[in-house]
Parts: sequence; structure tokens; C-alpha cells
Amino acid sequence: MITYEWLYVLAGAAFAVWAALSLKDGRWGNAAFWGLLAASFLLGSHLSDLANGVLVLALVAIAGFGGLKRSDPPTTTPAERQAHAARLGNRLFLPALVVPLTAVAGTLLYNYTPLGQTGLFEARRETLILFGIGVLAALAAAMAWLRPPLLAPAEEGRRLIDSIGWAAVLPQMLAALGAVFAAAGVGEIIGGVAGGIIPEGSVFVTVVVYAAGMALFTMITGNAFAAFPVMATAIGIPLLIQADGGNPAVIGAVGMLAGFCGTLLTPMAANFNIVPAALLELKDQNAVIRQQIGTAVPLWVCNVLIIYVGAFWLWH
Amino acid sequence: MNYWPLAGIAIVVVGFALRFNPLLVVVSAALVTGVLAGLDLLAVIEALGKAFNDNRYISVTWIILPVIGLLERYGLQQRARAVIEGMRGATMGKLLVAYLAFRQLASALGMKDIGGHPQAVRPLVAPMAEAAAVKTHGDLSDEARDEVKAMAAATDNVGLFFGEDIFFAIASILLIQGVMESAGYPLSPLQLSLWAIPTAICAFVIHAGRILAFDRRLGRAAK
Repeated sequence: MITYEWLYVLAGAAFAVWAALSLKDGRWGNAAFWGLLAASFLLGSHLSDLANGVLVLALVAIAGFGGLKRSDPPTTTPAERQAHAARLGNRLFLPALVVPLTAVAGTLLYNYTPLGQTGLFEARRETLILFGIGVLAALAAAMAWLRPPLLAPAEEGRRLIDSIGWAAVLPQMLAALGAVFAAAGVGEIIGGVAGGIIPEGSVFVTVVVYAAGMALFTMITGNAFAAFPVMATAIGIPLLIQADGGNPAVIGAVGMLAGFCGTLLTPMAANFNIVPAALLELKDQNAVIRQQIGTAVPLWVCNVLIIYVGAFWLWH
Repeated sequence: MNYWPLAGIAIVVVGFALRFNPLLVVVSAALVTGVLAGLDLLAVIEALGKAFNDNRYISVTWIILPVIGLLERYGLQQRARAVIEGMRGATMGKLLVAYLAFRQLASALGMKDIGGHPQAVRPLVAPMAEAAAVKTHGDLSDEARDEVKAMAAATDNVGLFFGEDIFFAIASILLIQGVMESAGYPLSPLQLSLWAIPTAICAFVIHAGRILAFDRRLGRAAK
């Protein structure tokens, strides 16, 4: 059976290669950072929690004190790229499409045909595993077709990962922060505070506090999934559903979407807001969030109205 | 009740506002929160290490970078621009609105892995949007180019967030179902996903309107 552990070996190998190339390039900070990440992927399952924790602190120390730098491995010039693009045409898009198509078509095939009964993949992990297979297939196809120097994909990958830098591990680090918040009981405290400020008898105000709590708690944790159980058990279920008699389906579904409006507004949702700013090499780290404010705020208002109308007016 | 663990949240807010390195902010917040909640420092480091290790799957997706980088070496971004330049009537506004609709519909059908920032926005959508903006408005300042690219990334996010919940077999819908069921309200995933549709329509109208307004504003600024 293919499990996540196989993917970790693949990712660990990629980070190890980037570390070795950084070392050859004399970029010690980059070599140490990607090397530690490679160790996490290759050995993490066998290390103690404390050793993994120390590894995290070391990663943060390197990044926090500016040890990571951009790199410029040898690549083609803009003029050469223009010439290649003209010669190769739209076929250039095909390898890029192999990855999502493998992931999506593979997931559908695996779930809706008898293939799923073979137990080839670890349960509920098939999409990411198929993504990995798609990457290998696309890489093999592109290498066979374009015949670049053998190290080219590694060096081009290093150019990109170094331009992303520390932002590459921020999403994983935030997930770890969420786990520590949960262990410390932060969710219960917030739920208690939010539940305490609602005046009795006003359904509309309760809806507003519920939707605002979802958005704000999502902004703090960067993840609506962390906010939902807290706000649902503090306000959604006891007040809106039980006391005011609202429709549970609307309160659940649209409450989550009010949280998604918060995701658009926070640097904590690094995967969606900070990583793309790094990937696109934007000068302002918050440029993507700036473009989302004008959509997120009116959409949040829409969600409040949808809950109020859908869960109460249409329901009674 | 002990409110001290909330200090970790304050560290996050202040740290991001003062633009300290986000990794440093996040780990400081985790350590402070754990200790103020009464845990032993060593135990907090262990919890952090375990959680980081358990969430490695999040960072696996970077293995796509060699493929994208290799294709960029052979002119992928240039080709994406050429496609747009060859289209008559292609404006940045029309292009991003079309991508928004595509991303929402694909996500609603469960295909949320088509699209995304490393796979689609950097190599394709952002260069196409930039090329279309330059084509209609003439040369743009670096700031305006950054705004166009940021709008391309924002469009990918809005399309994903407000499309994916219409598909019933998705993690967020299953989470809502689980929370509601444990509180004594059994719901089917389909009941929940149907109620994602009104918000999806609002999201399309609002964001498409903003894209088109942004395109007009760029035109005025360029004149």
C-alpha cells in the first residue's frame, strides 16, 4: 500500500538535493534550512517529539535571523525563452496539465470504480498521493521531450523554492500553532467571551456576532476549520439553533463561509495570501490581501443576510 | 477562567503588524501560549514538534516546483502571454472573470486541484492577466503590474473558497456535518452544500464587478 510516508521520502529527496546544490553554491543558510527540512521529511517519523521540536526551533532560528537568501542558478535568458516558446507552442502547457489531471481523474477513478477496492493507496490519502505520481509523470515526460541538462529541473526548482524562502514552511508551522492553541484551550476561552457579549432576545445581533466571531477567529488562526467548532458550540448551536429555532443546515454551511471571508483578510492564511505574494515576487507581502478586502467585506455582509433570511424567515 | 493563553494571539497580531519574520512570530506565540496555559516549556516544544511532524503533508506540494521551473526555462510564461496577445478582444477583466467562473465551477464539481498558486497562477493566470492589461492599456508601472498579479491570485482564492463547499464530499462540509451531528442535529452533506450556493452567487457578482472596475481604473490611470 502506498502511504504518505512514500511522499515524505520524495519530498525529503527534493529538499536534500536543494540543500546540496545550495552548499555547492556557497549559500550556507539556505543549505542548512533545506537540509533540516529534508531531515524532517526523511527521518521525522523516527525522531522523538522533542527532537522534532528542536528541529523546528533550528529552522525558525535560521529563517528568523535572515539566513535564507534568493539564489540565481544558471538558466535561460528571456530571449532564449521567447525563442523556445515560439518553437514549442502550446504543447508547453501539456506537462503542466498532467499534474492536476492525474490528481483529479485518478481520484475519481479510484473512488467510483472497483479500483478503490484494491487498497493500493492509504485510505482518504489518494488525491495527494496521485498528485505526487502526476509530478513524477510530468517530470519524466518533460525531461524526455525537452532533453535539458540532467540537473536543470533541480536547479530550476531551487530558483523557485529560494524565491519563496521561509514562506514555504509557514503553512505547516501555522498548523502546528493551531495544535498548540487547541492544547492550551484558546478556543474555549474565545467561545466563552463571544457568548458573554450577546444581549438576549435579538436574533439579528446574535447572527452578526456569530458571523463576526467566525471571521475574526479565522483571521487569528488563519483557518476557518479551527474557528467553526468553537463558534458553533459557543453560539451557533446553543443560541441560534436551540434558543432561536434556526435552520441548522444554513447556520452550519453559511457560518463556515463567513469564516472563509476572514481567510481572505489574514496573513495567517499563508498558503493563500502570503505564499502567492512570494511566488509572484510582489514587492508588498500583503498585496494579495489588499486586493481581497473589497470582496471579503461585502461578501461577509451577504453571509449575515443569508443566515438571517435563510435560517429564520424562510424556515418559520 | 485563565485568560492568559490569549497573549499568544496578541503576539501573533502585533508580530505580524510590526513585520517581524512570520516564522519567528508563530513559534514565539506557540511557546508563550503553551507556557501561559500552564504547560512545561519542554512539553510545549514536544507538542510543537509533534504537530509540525504530523502536518508534513502540507509542504509536500512543493515537489511540483522542478516541473514548473523546467517549463519556465523553456518559455511557459512567454507562451502564456503570447496566447493572450493572439486573442482579439481579450482584456484583463474578461480573462479574470472567466477564470473566476471556471475556478468556481471546477471546485463545485470537486476539482479543486485544478488551479492553485504554484500550478496555475504563477505560470499561467498571472502572466496572461498582465499581458492582457498591457495589451489594452499600454505599458504599465511596476506597481500596476504587481496589482494585476495580486488580483490574479485573489481571483484564484475567491473562486476556490466560494466554489468548493458546493461539492458535498469536501473536508469543510464533513466537518460541519460532524460538529452538528455530535450536537444532535444529523444533516446530510447535500443539505449543507446546497446552502453554499447563495454565497457562491454573491461571491461571483461582487468579485467579477470588482475585477471589471479594476480594469477600468487601470485604463484611466494609464491615460
